[in-house]
Amino acid sequence: MFMGKSKAQTLPDFRLSPRVDQVGVNDRISRITSRSIKKESKMQGLKMALNMIDLTTLEGADTVGKVNQLCNKAKYLHTSNPDLPTVAAVCVYPNFVSQAKIALKGSGINVASVATAFPAGQSSMEVKISDTKLAVDAGADEVDMVISRGRFHQGEYNYVFDEIAAVKEACGKARLKVILETGELGSLDKVRRASDIAMYAGADFIKTSTGKISPAATLPVTSVMLEAIKDYFYATEIMIGMKPAGGISNSKLALHYLMLVKETLGDAWLSKEWFRFGASSLANDVLMQIEKQKTGIYQSKDYFSKD
Amino acid sequence: MGKTTLEFDSKWDLSPSPEGTAHVKIKDQYDLFIGGKWVKPESGKYFDTINPATEKVISKVADASNKDVDKAVKAARKAYNEVWSKMPANERGKYIYRIARLIQERAKEFAIIESLDGGKPIRESRDVDIPLAAGHFFYYAGWADKLQYAFPNRTLEALGVAGQIIPWNFPLLMASWKIAPALATGNTVVIKSAETTPLTLYKLAEVIKDSGIPDGVVNIVSGAGETGAAIVNHPDINKIAFTGSTGVGKIIQNAIAGTDKKSTLELGGKAANIIFEDAPLDQAVEGIINGIYFNQGHVCCAGSRLFIQESVKDVVLRKLKDRMESLIVGDPLDKNTDIGAINSKEQLATINKFLKIGKEEGATMHQNSCDLPKKGYWCRPTLFTDVSQSSRIVQEEIFGPVLAVQTFRTIDEVISKANNTPFGLSAGVWTDKGSKIFNLTSQMRAGIVWANTFNKFDPTSPFGGYKESGFGREGGLQGLKPYLKF
Repeated sequence: MFMGKSKAQTLPDFRLSPRVDQVGVNDRISRITSRSIKKESKMQGLKMALNMIDLTTLEGADTVGKVNQLCNKAKYLHTSNPDLPTVAAVCVYPNFVSQAKIALKGSGINVASVATAFPAGQSSMEVKISDTKLAVDAGADEVDMVISRGRFHQGEYNYVFDEIAAVKEACGKARLKVILETGELGSLDKVRRASDIAMYAGADFIKTSTGKISPAATLPVTSVMLEAIKDYFYATEIMIGMKPAGGISNSKLALHYLMLVKETLGDAWLSKEWFRFGASSLANDVLMQIEKQKTGIYQSKDYFSKD
Repeated sequence: MGKTTLEFDSKWDLSPSPEGTAHVKIKDQYDLFIGGKWVKPESGKYFDTINPATEKVISKVADASNKDVDKAVKAARKAYNEVWSKMPANERGKYIYRIARLIQERAKEFAIIESLDGGKPIRESRDVDIPLAAGHFFYYAGWADKLQYAFPNRTLEALGVAGQIIPWNFPLLMASWKIAPALATGNTVVIKSAETTPLTLYKLAEVIKDSGIPDGVVNIVSGAGETGAAIVNHPDINKIAFTGSTGVGKIIQNAIAGTDKKSTLELGGKAANIIFEDAPLDQAVEGIINGIYFNQGHVCCAGSRLFIQESVKDVVLRKLKDRMESLIVGDPLDKNTDIGAINSKEQLATINKFLKIGKEEGATMHQNSCDLPKKGYWCRPTLFTDVSQSSRIVQEEIFGPVLAVQTFRTIDEVISKANNTPFGLSAGVWTDKGSKIFNLTSQMRAGIVWANTFNKFDPTSPFGGYKESGFGREGGLQGLKPYLKF
């Protein structure tokens, strides 16, 4: 099942995906984290980061009330600072999509929904497709699916590929983010291979983690995925987005992610179209840093709404 | 597909982030450091040392003549005879530890001066040069009272006075490579800094004074080639340790032929960096960048000859060019600078000469597209394709940010090409296959071979060359040997 989106005539053999050297990746990351992002470049980076956040609540305890609160936060993140951008999206479970759509109406903020038996993905293809349709029919603008890690570890790359392609078809117009759950893949070689499978199968975004497994997103893993996106772009001229998720709770780390994107893929990827942060507490820290840049003073956390 | 490109020139530019220099103390003038005191040169002559990034004079340093060198050697001999050779080894070790700690304490000041005087990015002087320099003193301090364990069942004796001449590419680091093992083995030292980068050595003189080490154990002089010749030809020097060009190395060997001076020479290089098709390519590209553009390519072990297996040539070159675009060239004191200033006007002229030769020989030149500062000495990171073993830019050491790229088909071919050079200092091999690494590394005629990395240094690891890259080893247990009589 080959999606017509790719310009590549034949699919690569995913067993032969490029190899990755972990020591080398860590060296590269140490260059990124030693970048000094200050003054105007910091302000610009913070605003970019704010605009790329997928504000997320994915708890068993989620209720309509909780989802409404989060949507309110997304809409009125910084009413005292009207010149700041909004977050990119609010990310919820499929059964809350219709409620989030109502709550965010007219705000320009997207609704993203996880699907495909999130977070473990342990279910049949049929259930995953109907889970996706549930989200899309309720109006989700974006779908975050999980890959079948078990099948991937068994070497059933065709199954993983076909599943992603089928979910992509079920998405219709919604953009598809494919979660690799890199914390369960075990090596950077496998992160690279899973990235290649996801992109060739039709992913619009590749995403590191569900946020339910530790480690979640890391800079080395993100670096490998960005390099995969770059190779795919050169092979097909198609841009794929990147979403690190989980564990990115402070601005400094977020700026390092953006620097990694800039130095790996260039300026075209520095927008919410092509890069997202999956995070719940990052937004407040970014806002606090923006205030600090403006006033020179750190404000108490009590000045920023907790939802 | 050829028109598909990535844009790196930038809607998100980094704001300047210069390291502050307010707390750095540099005197207007430096005298020679002889016998624990600051001594004026006999000739009364001083020369300017400039900041290659601004062309401004930073300070003046004494130009040491034959007479001054003689004074320094006498001070070293006196210290050797009267104090240093009689001191218990563990006491010797204490002083070396103290120097190491003082370097660490003043690391920031050392790093800033190294970047001001030599043009290297502060990121490198701060993260590589200075910590490694302290590391060498720490490492050799440990050996001072354990020499009989380094060489069991041998009778050991120090040589006496060591004359040491160091280059301008890693001033403090090269000084520590030479001073630390000499002191640990019980020798005293006369060391000469390079003409364009004398300042961190005089800062080291302050550390040496503060360490309380007996006067005359370490003597530091500055000057040009003539000062170096005075050290090499001085009859009361027992050992010459030199790091620098192969040309000067040959002159030194001629000069000391027939004398009983021992010597170690660490000379030029033209290292092969070999990328196989099964290598982790993205990390290999990072290794190529680090291999040739580290310290503006002013590195004797720089990976200046790149060999790419033909099947991955296009993809490696594409990745390499993309990565080159993200390198930041500029103010060495800016924390974000990747490539600083070329060390001197003369060196820039040499590099530009080779760029011209490369183009005249029909090679294709590619450079990163950044703007260069108006003042100062600068060279963009550069690579040449369409070169061969017969090209001068492949054969000769350029000592600048210039990479010559060739391709190969088979392992035998690349081994023969990589070894087809008068030099033999270092080499790099990139492959995912362990057996290939062992095969290649055993066949490279080079003193240092890195596998899946490049330009990694450690005090415990010996460093030195084959063929015209010199002889003798510095660093590690092997680095003790050239300073001992057995």
